[in-house]
Amino acid sequence: MTPAFDLRRTAIAVLLAALVLLPVYTGLSGNLFLLTLFTRILILALAAVSLNLILGYGGMMSFGHAAYLGIGGYAVGILAHEGVVSGFVQWPVALAVSALFAFVIGALSLRTRGVYFIMITLAFAQMAYYVAAGLARYGGDDGLTIYKRSQFLAPLNLSNKTQFYYVCLALLFAAIYLVWRLTNSRFGMVVQGSRSNDLRMRAIGFPTFRYRLVCFVIAGTLCGLAGALLANHTEYVSPAMMYWTRSGDLIIMVVLGGMASPFGPLIGAVALLVFEEVLSGITEYWQIILGPMLLLVVLFARGGIDGLLRLASRKVPT
Amino acid sequence: MRKALFAAGAALLLAAGPAAAQQKSIKIGFVSTFSGPAASIGNDMRNSFELALDHMGRKMGGLPVEVIYEDDAFKPEVGKQKTDKLIESDHVDFISGYIWSNVLLASLKPIVDSKTFLVIANAGPSQIAGELCSPTVFSTSWNNDQTPQAMGLYMNQKGVKSVFLIGPNYAAGKDMLAGVASTFKGKVVGQELTTWPSQLDFSAELAKAKAANPDAIFVFYPGKAGVQFLAQYAQAGLKDKIPLYTAFTIDETTLPLQKELALGVPGAQEWVNDLPNEANKKFVADYIKKYPGHRPSFYGAQSYDAANLIASAVAAVKGNVSDKTAVQKALEKADFKSVRGDFRFGNNHVPIQSFYLQDVVKSGDDYVLKTAATIVKDNQDNFHDKCPMK
Amino acid sequence: MTLFIEQCLNGLQFGLLLFLLAAGLTLVFGIMDLVNLAHGSLYMVGAYFAATFAAWTHSFVLGAILALGATLVVGMAVEVIVMRRLYGRDHLDHVLGTFGLILFFDESVRLIWGPEGLSLPLPSWLNTSVQIFPGFPYSAYRFSIIVVSLAVAALLYVVVMRTRIGMLIRAGASNREMVGALGVNIKLLYTLVFGLGAALAGLAGLMQAPILTVQIGMGESILILAFVVTVIGGIGSIRGAFVAAILVGFIDTLGRSYLPDLMRMLLSKEAAASAAPALSSMLIYLLMAVVLVVKPEGLFSAGGK
Repeated sequence: MTPAFDLRRTAIAVLLAALVLLPVYTGLSGNLFLLTLFTRILILALAAVSLNLILGYGGMMSFGHAAYLGIGGYAVGILAHEGVVSGFVQWPVALAVSALFAFVIGALSLRTRGVYFIMITLAFAQMAYYVAAGLARYGGDDGLTIYKRSQFLAPLNLSNKTQFYYVCLALLFAAIYLVWRLTNSRFGMVVQGSRSNDLRMRAIGFPTFRYRLVCFVIAGTLCGLAGALLANHTEYVSPAMMYWTRSGDLIIMVVLGGMASPFGPLIGAVALLVFEEVLSGITEYWQIILGPMLLLVVLFARGGIDGLLRLASRKVPT
Repeated sequence: MRKALFAAGAALLLAAGPAAAQQKSIKIGFVSTFSGPAASIGNDMRNSFELALDHMGRKMGGLPVEVIYEDDAFKPEVGKQKTDKLIESDHVDFISGYIWSNVLLASLKPIVDSKTFLVIANAGPSQIAGELCSPTVFSTSWNNDQTPQAMGLYMNQKGVKSVFLIGPNYAAGKDMLAGVASTFKGKVVGQELTTWPSQLDFSAELAKAKAANPDAIFVFYPGKAGVQFLAQYAQAGLKDKIPLYTAFTIDETTLPLQKELALGVPGAQEWVNDLPNEANKKFVADYIKKYPGHRPSFYGAQSYDAANLIASAVAAVKGNVSDKTAVQKALEKADFKSVRGDFRFGNNHVPIQSFYLQDVVKSGDDYVLKTAATIVKDNQDNFHDKCPMK
Repeated sequence: MTLFIEQCLNGLQFGLLLFLLAAGLTLVFGIMDLVNLAHGSLYMVGAYFAATFAAWTHSFVLGAILALGATLVVGMAVEVIVMRRLYGRDHLDHVLGTFGLILFFDESVRLIWGPEGLSLPLPSWLNTSVQIFPGFPYSAYRFSIIVVSLAVAALLYVVVMRTRIGMLIRAGASNREMVGALGVNIKLLYTLVFGLGAALAGLAGLMQAPILTVQIGMGESILILAFVVTVIGGIGSIRGAFVAAILVGFIDTLGRSYLPDLMRMLLSKEAAASAAPALSSMLIYLLMAVVLVVKPEGLFSAGGK
């Protein structure tokens, strides 16, 4: 007998529907700030989805994932500064550069595991941060304002907030779908197997390093796309996008939402940012709640919110 | 179906339109730094702004005033986020504040795009005075090069032949050092820009300055960094060896911490506590009364002026701030009593004003700033030609 | 020439400060296999305590001593309440849990002391210069930092190499289960080691406070460097942490001093001013990346004390 009511599926369906219909609500109520907030949530959710691919499924604890946000963002920013405003040039460049960096960083870092992997990915992210801070021509630490969003063919106009929102939403759904297909494929099995027991996978005959590297590059490229979107959204890039604490924020989203689940990062991003917005309205000291909450999630709710939903779904009687 | 919904919604909004346009109050957003070591500056600005509101009965043009203070945490990206929120979520009529040039530059686009009126109470990046000037952007402070230019002139007067420049590596720091170099007639024997705001250890730069053996060292380090610099300058044994000339490094927020280290170190400023006009006397006296144990700094004075400037414009348009052209004209008139005496704008909405030499003297157990001389009158910034507004 | 010597001394001073931080980190990591991101928070707490106690007692030294004690207590409390539950778990759990601790500490400090930060002024007898050799004055305070840090390093060496507790610490770093199986009170040992690490971090924090600052989040930036030092030196090795810290201190300081001039020969003045500090910061990470790729266990691995 199938359960009459699957809490998890319903919750996710409601969330997705709400996200799709949000611009309708904001259009009617005039609360444009909500649209801005949720666009940001969608973009960071995309970054979290990319991180989930390597962190949740692949077990690769990268503490330098925010670097790709910056790389993608700066690709758009630098090109815009130099007069190249066509999205058809900017975005492929952002993706290509992110992929290249991910390849190099991955090739060097994936030889290590555990805390060493964390440290080396962190090191590379900090290096990216310092490179950006050192570029006087592109603002350095002061950052760079982007005066024109990426231009595509009419009628697509990214300066239109609603259109931009739907572009981000579409790309996010595409990314979630991509990750879902990847992780349910043979490729995904190898990567997940490598997370549990790399030695065994290699003994079976899989060149796990290659698989993990490809996975790493895909994740980096997706995050670079998020970076390009973020640059368009805030119309400003700065090295701070890449600082290691930002990578920490992404990890929190993934863990809070639920690792190794397709919608987990989205749930995590929504939860964290809405929480932040709501709580900061109540008290300035909201992080004092977030801190221990994180600890509790780590200790007791390893599957994150998605995990809790799964648990709850199983308990609902048929 | 959705089209019908949209149409209905649009109709509702239009119906609600005129009613919403009636101004119930004047909303002002104030972005400054209220956390970290620079919070003392932000607090001084907030205190002064509040004092100005008290003095005008918390009403502008007959309408009650609501101020929303936001913390930029000293970071450009946070300042920009807060600016976005003030414009998009709070729908403010005016924005003021901004200590730091880099925060201001990062936040500028949303302000200009939304045609919100901005009255800058401190930051003075040269771009705003030049090519990025805008009809809705005004300043009650200065342009970054004006104050150090005055100091350069003073150094010439004192017969300084060579100088070593030290400052932070961000928009304002570069402007300041360039400003000194533009009027100083002697030789610049060295220049060091330090990482900002993270680098507070100036041992390397001081060592280099010592090695270059200049007649004087010019330094620009606002806020807490100024305290650190003076302390390390003394620790390096330079206090009696190489004289120090400053801009924005010694002010009423840093003096309580710098104490005797600041004695005999000259600075230049467009406002000092003891300027002898009526508005200033009232401002300083009431500030000390309302906030015992504190004296206002130039940051505060500029914020006080900002509040009064806005009030004068609101009064001139009789509260109808949606008429942007009228508000702009009223702001340009600058018809208010500034605490620095006479006040007028250049074509780029940056003040044309006098600069004074400030000296630190001991008054009982306290250290206070005194006006020692007028260095230059009616000084205008170097960038007004680049501004397309006439 | 004196400029170079002065920069070297500055580099040494910075390196020693890093060593104090890294020593605690590497001990905790080596013995308890715990990645503690909140180590920087203990550094911050030490500085805040010192500023507060110094203001109460009107004595810099007394304030410092009290702060050390207070940080030790806070460290041990954190170990008992939080860290105990994280032992044996995945490193990711450590990272997340202690990241949460950072947020908690930052906000708690903000609640208690306010957002503005404090200052810790130096007493006049430290606020002068000493003549290292005739004609060469150096900041007395920085010199005292070097002296105190070296003394602590020596003390640490003696404790770790020549005492029973030190032997247990070294044994625990090599093989934790065995030490427990031999009947040693592991729980107490862990608490003490963590407390020691906290005290060292607090000492570093309070010593740099008069030069730099006492503000919320001050631990985050230096924490990364401490981790880099730990990894380069080898996790669990105090000797490694010492060597790596001095190395990193020199590279950072000398880089910041001489790279701008070097870069000015290649780039414009303005570009050099931005590029140089970036490059010198990058050098350290580059070094760590090279070490990790070539010799992942670090220059000295655990056991080589």
